[in-house]
Amino acid sequence: MIREPNFQYPFLIGTIFLFAYLIVRIILWYIELSKYDKLRFIHFWKTKSVWAALKDAIADGLLHSSIFKKNLLLGYMHMSLAFGWFLLIVIGHLEVMVDRRSLNFPFYYAVFYRYYQPHPDFAGARVFGALMDLLLLIILSGVALAILKRIKKQIFGMKRTTKLKPFDKIALTSLWLIFPLRLLAESLSAAYYHNGSFMSNTLGAWFIQNVRVSAIYDLSWWLYSCSIGFFFIALPFSRYMHIPTEIVFIFLRHAGIMPKKYWNSYAQIQMYSCSRCGICLDACQLYEAGVSNVQSVYFLQYIRNNENVDKSLFGCLICGRCQEACPVHINLNDLRTALRIKASKPLTFSYGYTQMALQQKTDIIYFAGCMTHLTPPIKFSMARIFNFLGEKVWYMDEDKSICCGGPLMLAGQYDSASQLIQKNTELIMASGAKTLILSCPICYKAFREDYVLPGISIKFHAVYLNDMIRQGRLPKINLGFKTIYHDPCALGRGSKIYDEPRYVIDSYSQRMRLKKEKAEALCCGAGLGGINLPIETKNKVTFEAMTYFARFKPNVLITACPLCKKTFARDRRIPVIDIAELTARAIDEYVNEQKKSVREARLIES
Amino acid sequence: MKKIAVIGGGIAGLEVSRLLLQEGLPVTLIEKGSRLGGNLRNYAHLFPDFTPSDEILGNYRFLPSNSDLQLLMNTQIESIDFSTQPYTLHSKDGIAIPADPLIIATGYQVFDAKLKEEFGYGIYDGVITSVELEKMIKQHHIVTPYGKIPRRIAFIHCVGSRDAKVGNSYCSRLCCITAIKQAIETKKLLPETEIFCFYIDLRMYGLTFEELYLNAQKEYNIQFVRGRLSETSEMIDKRLIIKAEDTLIGRPLQMKADMLVLMVGMEASDFSKQFAYHNGLEIGDHGFFQPLNQFNARSKSQKEGIFFAGTSIGPMSVAETIEHARAAALSAISYLKDKEY
Repeated sequence: MIREPNFQYPFLIGTIFLFAYLIVRIILWYIELSKYDKLRFIHFWKTKSVWAALKDAIADGLLHSSIFKKNLLLGYMHMSLAFGWFLLIVIGHLEVMVDRRSLNFPFYYAVFYRYYQPHPDFAGARVFGALMDLLLLIILSGVALAILKRIKKQIFGMKRTTKLKPFDKIALTSLWLIFPLRLLAESLSAAYYHNGSFMSNTLGAWFIQNVRVSAIYDLSWWLYSCSIGFFFIALPFSRYMHIPTEIVFIFLRHAGIMPKKYWNSYAQIQMYSCSRCGICLDACQLYEAGVSNVQSVYFLQYIRNNENVDKSLFGCLICGRCQEACPVHINLNDLRTALRIKASKPLTFSYGYTQMALQQKTDIIYFAGCMTHLTPPIKFSMARIFNFLGEKVWYMDEDKSICCGGPLMLAGQYDSASQLIQKNTELIMASGAKTLILSCPICYKAFREDYVLPGISIKFHAVYLNDMIRQGRLPKINLGFKTIYHDPCALGRGSKIYDEPRYVIDSYSQRMRLKKEKAEALCCGAGLGGINLPIETKNKVTFEAMTYFARFKPNVLITACPLCKKTFARDRRIPVIDIAELTARAIDEYVNEQKKSVREARLIES
Repeated sequence: MKKIAVIGGGIAGLEVSRLLLQEGLPVTLIEKGSRLGGNLRNYAHLFPDFTPSDEILGNYRFLPSNSDLQLLMNTQIESIDFSTQPYTLHSKDGIAIPADPLIIATGYQVFDAKLKEEFGYGIYDGVITSVELEKMIKQHHIVTPYGKIPRRIAFIHCVGSRDAKVGNSYCSRLCCITAIKQAIETKKLLPETEIFCFYIDLRMYGLTFEELYLNAQKEYNIQFVRGRLSETSEMIDKRLIIKAEDTLIGRPLQMKADMLVLMVGMEASDFSKQFAYHNGLEIGDHGFFQPLNQFNARSKSQKEGIFFAGTSIGPMSVAETIEHARAAALSAISYLKDKEY
């Protein structure tokens, strides 16, 4: 018996609106992509990357495997809601198909199936019934956990959760209401017809005894339909837009589309993919230093709501810890940089002095960079190493130095940075060099990402030193230190160089393992991105990081960035040296020992 | 044991003790080193009128012989026990000293110029600090590390002050006028030597400072360049090359010099910071002790019975230190009187 009710209309309106909105939105996004990105995306469907994208869409979008890595309970909460609801829809439709032995039925039948089908007597009806009840139970447990998380976030391994805007709260409430209302409606159905399973039938039996079911039966289905309809209409304007957008983002990412220096639709897609889960909040060291409004989740929220972002845009160290922690893998640093470029007025500085540098013919170029010039021992150590190796090197910026352009790029000064990049490119290409060696990770990142230097291998000094040790051209010698290695942001998270510096340090000292290292390494607090941050805040970040290192009681703290070195050295609790200085010391030690053994050999002879 | 305790035997601690003893109040004066006089002993003459610093220190010559003063030298205080009345200070060697009230006169230390590696201190021998130059002035003997008379000296202002990159954003106030004083003294000793001062801007806050600055230019031919030093390097003959920007003409500048004098700023002493950290005393954003307010309670702390004297709360000249120490002594006296009633 199928009655013809009207309660499906709120659901239908919501669904049609949502799908129409999404289709238009996705088409607009696609149109705005650059010509090459469009070609990439079209070609992508012919490649095997589609399967990888599909796998990621399931793993991240539905199962939330990245969140499981942070905390099991938090992962379960997200998975039960996303994957549970997904299965509820899929199995719900299967159930209708099996029952009606047809694919031809209105799509909303499955949503209200317990209303339309009071007497399910097809083969497997009981299995479907139990499965549907089980899925609903799983989702409800997720909702319960989500409510619990708002009250006691510590259980979920989180120190903080995001502050919500009123509209988000409405959307959140409507989402949470969908499932209890479905349970209510289905249980009332079961009260009449006993067409449910273990949960709805039990509840139904209770209802029939205690409540006048006929008075609220239709109402319950209306409410259920309204809650879905309302949620679907609210979705594009709330944070839940991340649900469809994340899938789009995953496919575009696998198609090889890269973030740009300007704000485009790919950036917008990434922005909408943020679920505001708040995992980035705990990753941010600025939170400990008393800054609670610049974190990525808020920064993305401000842009979405067209609020003033100046403070959060320039008040971030761009250390990348949030990007590593982000379960959606949003390119947060690139988004910030692109917006900085958009928000910055061009500088009126003259770069006339860049004409002064002289060109030389060479095989190897060493570009010290501004920060290495401000930490001369690193520069001397590099000279000592090149001398020992007998390499002829052109110290490109020894006298008249031109900046690599990295700091200007981080400040959003694209045009000025481009001028410097062009001049450096001319100098390097004219030298005929094969290798460019850098001792500053900020320079290294800039050269790797913003320069086009065909035929030239760009090497960070730690990687070069590691090569030389591997080739036996640099000695291995234990200097007897207990050391800690600090991953500089631009080198570790920024350029994914984690192992080579460690190999070098292990060749000379006893390195201690930390919990917060590699991708989770702390920022020194002086990141060049932190343009608007007050010095007191940066000092607090430095102090906290140094306090963490001091717990391990190392003899020396080793880093591979002149800026980190300079910043940590101020604290004075642990001596700080660069990896080049460590290597130079090892060379000196080795040379001394050689001399000693020669002398001893002579003594024995005489 | 006596009841009032003063930590720090520099001029602030000495002046506080002197005044309290004058009022007939017994004092325990605690000094971590082996000599009294603190940082002032590093200076030959004082700005703006070239008074010998020994003259000021001489005022305290008879203080140690006062029978009401208990002097504890080579004693480093580690902690305060707030649970006892009066408070009890515990030294590293296990001495317990009652303190009611306690006056903290732990002073300052100069900025460690090695942290500004690009200026070359500790790397190139020709780079010295203003403290080292003052010693040379005291001995009337200014030479380069290679025993030569410097033909050109560059004074670099604001080393470790007004420099966010080293974590100190505040102005130490005294270095500008000290540089001018030292430049004049150097010129008096070495009339043939060229002297350049590199400054951000000159803060001549005292009544007669501006005259001294004009005099330095007119009578002593000392040259002033507005611009910060960017980096130092060394030539084969051990002379120095300095790179800076002359911000008045807006151009980069390179100069050779035989000697570089870094005008190191004032910082809260490591001891003060550690002491405050371990005993829950309030420290301001710049690392110095935080007084109750900046107007009429500059010598009072947030805690009852604890007072500050001198540069433990921020950079001060000798005259200001002595005045502030007197204010601290007065606060301590009225605190004791209030307690009696």
